[in-house]
This record gives sequence, structure tokens and C-alpha cells, in this order.
Amino acid sequence: MPTKLIRRKKIRVLPGFKLTLGFTLFYLGLIVLIPLAAVFWKTATLTWPEFWHTITMPTAMASYRLTFGASFCAALVNVVFGLVVAWVLVRYNFFGKKIVDALVDLPFALPTAVAGITLASLYSKNGWIGQLLEPLGIKAANTQLGIFIALTFIGLPFIVRTVQPILEDLDPELEEAASSLGANRWQVFWRVILPMLTPALLTGFALAFARALGEYGSVIFIAGNIPMKTQITPVLIMGELDMFDYAKATAIAVVMLVFSFVLLLTINVLQWWTNRYNTNNLA
Amino acid sequence: MKTFMNLVLLAAISVSASAAEVKLLNVSYDPTREFYTEYNAAFAKYWQAKTGDSVNVSQSHGGSGKQAQAVINGLDADVVTLALAYDIDAIAQQSHLLPANWQTRLPNNSTPYTSTIVFLVRKGNPKGIKDWDDVVKKSVSVVVPNPKTSGGARWAYLAAYAYALEKNNHDDAAARTFITKLYKNVPVLDSGARGSTVTFAKNGIGDVLLAWENEAHLALKEFGADNFEIVTPSLSILAEPPVAVVDKNAKRHHTTEVANEYLKYLYSDAAQEIAAKNFYRPRNEAVAAKYAANFTQLKLVTLDSEFGSWANAQKTHFADGGVFDQIYQSQ
Repeated sequence: MPTKLIRRKKIRVLPGFKLTLGFTLFYLGLIVLIPLAAVFWKTATLTWPEFWHTITMPTAMASYRLTFGASFCAALVNVVFGLVVAWVLVRYNFFGKKIVDALVDLPFALPTAVAGITLASLYSKNGWIGQLLEPLGIKAANTQLGIFIALTFIGLPFIVRTVQPILEDLDPELEEAASSLGANRWQVFWRVILPMLTPALLTGFALAFARALGEYGSVIFIAGNIPMKTQITPVLIMGELDMFDYAKATAIAVVMLVFSFVLLLTINVLQWWTNRYNTNNLA
Repeated sequence: MKTFMNLVLLAAISVSASAAEVKLLNVSYDPTREFYTEYNAAFAKYWQAKTGDSVNVSQSHGGSGKQAQAVINGLDADVVTLALAYDIDAIAQQSHLLPANWQTRLPNNSTPYTSTIVFLVRKGNPKGIKDWDDVVKKSVSVVVPNPKTSGGARWAYLAAYAYALEKNNHDDAAARTFITKLYKNVPVLDSGARGSTVTFAKNGIGDVLLAWENEAHLALKEFGADNFEIVTPSLSILAEPPVAVVDKNAKRHHTTEVANEYLKYLYSDAAQEIAAKNFYRPRNEAVAAKYAANFTQLKLVTLDSEFGSWANAQKTHFADGGVFDQIYQSQ
């Protein structure tokens, strides 16, 4: 019945465009913008020199490098291996596939502190994995490697879950057509499959990266938290709060916020660009 | 029959009116959990005997700094019992819930029990750690929380610094070299005392844990006296974890009287014994003598004599760009 109504009157699928737009803006304002404004408001109690001094402290600079670097590497690794996982889950049938599929979501559902404690005890020198790495001279717990491991763990579902639906919709006939026209396997992957997956991979990367930047619970247990070496920015912010320095804490938070926003914006532009490229080339 | 029921009802009402139930919230730091559980039961008994009212004390535990922030942000504490005076000072300054001179209102700097920083080492003390000089040796790995986020860690830092000052005729440069060496030996800085205990005892990291004396005894109980032992250094700091009524909250809850009594009773013989049993050093000398076996004698210096005041220590050592930051930036 409702579909008939829509066809006859040719009205929009969603009724009340103005109402929904108004609601969207109100909701975004309430949930996102007001808290963000509070961060800037609190920071504004600092003078410019104070603000600059706080955000460029050597410990802060080192923590940005570590946080952004480790998050970037973890997201990048997840793009490669997440794609492989998604590929296997979509293209092959095997015993226990449903269980593997459910396992992918585990890092989503697990409280981050639980993940942190589990990883820390696994990779410490008494742990199952740690004691295997120890003779090889690899230390994971309480090093930058540990932070990378934790961030890779929490980022995996973002890639798999964004790529999976696109892969499912991908028509195998395209690949068959490509290979019947003489493309080898590598060419099929590189010239046919990958361009179509790129927007999804970028989205997944952005999500995993953004999540890793703000991650606290799973990292603190395995990081070691030594200033200049293994202290991530969120831990630095907590330190400022513990010394009742709210303005300094929010100043560092503002830096994180601005950087993250710029990065996400860049990725969105990239995504838009690849989408356009694809439509132009494939249509 | 009806009149009888009415009488019963009336009796019930009058009973409930005369024996009110009072609720108190004690916001405390991490390692006091076991002590206050026991003390609250003792106080409830005492208060009931004295006034006929029953009192129900809820406890909240966490890192001292975080707990203070929670009170500033509106956690309705009637009393606070925190790890260091600096945190209660912050509540007084930022929220004005209690007067700035709060620490003069009860005896002994408002500290009914004290503690100190000792070493927890692995059984048999394989690295032969006896005093602070052994802790800074290159081959020794030390576990201690981050002084920026943990009250106990600040006491530990100051204890080490005080030792270095005493040993080097109060030469500040020598003390800085000493403290730098110490923190170069630290592979993990957890955010709180409990976190460090777990890192040391459960994850097997480090040769020595710098810990609250009561936390070290608790670790022996929890993780086995056959795995660890306590080493008491020659000198440490007299850690004073103070207590205070949060005046404005108590007034609003009409609990001023019971809250004050709750803290005063901490100085009673019965409460001092509970403290001693939980490895807090009692102020009461008779009780201290009775439990002398629990506490190894050592030289204890005070914060005020070595560092002036918390505000001073905070500014010189723990604030951004202070001595603690310099340890990590000078490499």
C-alpha cells in the first residue's frame, strides 16, 4: 500500500525532509558539537604562549609521533590482512566459517580493558606468546611493538566489515571476462578487483585509524607508558587530569581532535575521488 | 482487632522514627579497601550503641587523584580519605566544598594512620637488594607507578629523593642524578599502585617493586609469601594519607555530626588496632607498641622537612617540565 502511494504521488521516499534535517542538526549538535565546544572552551582559559608551550612539550611531541605512527601502521597492516580475511570469508566455504565470521567481531565487543589485560599477559615474558618471542630477542610487552599489536587487534573488524559487503556484491563474471580477455591473475586483481574495493578499503582504514587514535583501555596495560618512549597521548592527557590541570589536558586533546579531523577529511576526499574515478572508468 | 492493628502500626512508625538510618559516602584511594570495610563495621556498631541510629557507610575506591577529581565534579562524598594532602587541597581550592585549613581540624595533620614506602622483592632476594643504593644499580629492574597519576608513586619518588638528599649532604644535583638512575631502571610506569603490583607479581616484570607498606603486605597475602619478601630500606618517607569531612556535602545531607564522628573515631584505640592489623602504622603509641612486630623500624623523614610542602614538591618535581619530566627528556 505505501509503495503505491509513493508511486502515485511521486513524493520523496523519506517524508518531511526539513524535519529530518532539523532533527539531524539538533542531534549532532547535542551529541557531538556541544562536548567538542566544551573542549575548546576549557582550552581557551590558557593564553596563546601557554597553549603553545603545552602542546609542544617534548613529552607531548613524542606522544603524538607514537600515537599517530602506531595507529597508522596498525590500520595499514589491517588493510592488507583484513582484506585477506574478508576475501576468504566471502569466496570460500569451509568448516566452521560461521564461527570465524563471528570471531572477527570479537575486538568490537570485548571491553578494551579485558583485551588489554589479555594481550599484556600473553605477551609478557611469562605469557604463552611472550616466552616464545623472548629467546628470539623480541620484546612485545611494554614496548612500541606492544602498542602496535593492541591497535592492530582492535582495528581488524573495521576493515573486514566494510570490505565484506562490497566483495559479496562483486560479480565473479567481471573477473572471468577479464581473464578470458587475456589478463593474468595479478592483472585481474590489480586492474579489476582492487579499484572497486578501494573506497571500502579507505573507509575501513579511516575507521580503524580513528579508533586507534583514541584507544586507551587496551593499550595502557601493554604499553609500559614510559614518557618519550611508550607513552601514548591519551595517557598523557590522563596525567594532566590527575594533576588537576584541566586546561592543559584539553589543550592536548584539541591537538588530537584537529589532527584527526584533518586526516578523516583527507580520507573522505580521497574516497570521493576514487569513487569518481571508478564511475568514469567503469561506466 | 482494628485498634490492635493500629497500635502495631503506630509502634512501627515510632520505632522507625527514633532509629534513623544514616547514609555516609567515604571516597577513598585504592589500597584502603580492606581497612575501611573492617572499620565501617566497627564504626556502625559504635554509632548504634551511642545514638541508637544505624549508619551505613558506602565506600568508593580508585586512584587518589581521580577520586579527588570525581568529588570536584560532583561525586557526593561526605568524607574523603585520600593518599595525599595535595588531592584534598585541590578539592578545597577548586570546588570550595571545604575550607583551605581543613588539615588543622584533626590531630596529627588530619592523618590518623601513616604508612611508608618499602621494597617487595622476589623470594630469596636474588639481586641482593637491601637499600636504595641497590635499587639504582644498572642490573636491577624496578617497577613503580607513574608519579603523575598515582599518589603512592609520588610518595615513592619522594622517598628515594629524600634518601639521596640525606646521603649527599642535601646536594640537590647528586639527588637528581640518583633519581634519574632510578627511573632509567623502570620498564613500566603503570597508572596506579594496584596496576604496578599486578605487573610485578603476576606478569613477572622487574626485580623490585616500590610499594606502599600495606600494599606490600597485601601482595604477600594475595600472591603467596613463598614467592615474595619485603625488604625495608634504611630510610623512607613518612607517608601521611589524610582524612577530611567535605563540609558542604555533609551539611546538605544533614550528616555533619556523624561524618565528624566517623573521622574522630579513627583515632580511638579500637580503630587504631584495625589500622595496625591492616598494616597501616597507627598514631597511638600503645597500639603501635602492641603491633611492633608488624612494622620494621626505620628512619622516616617527613615531606615538610625535606620538600617544604606539597605545592612546592609538586611544582619542582611533578609539574610539566619538572624534575620528573627532565629525567626522560635528557636522553
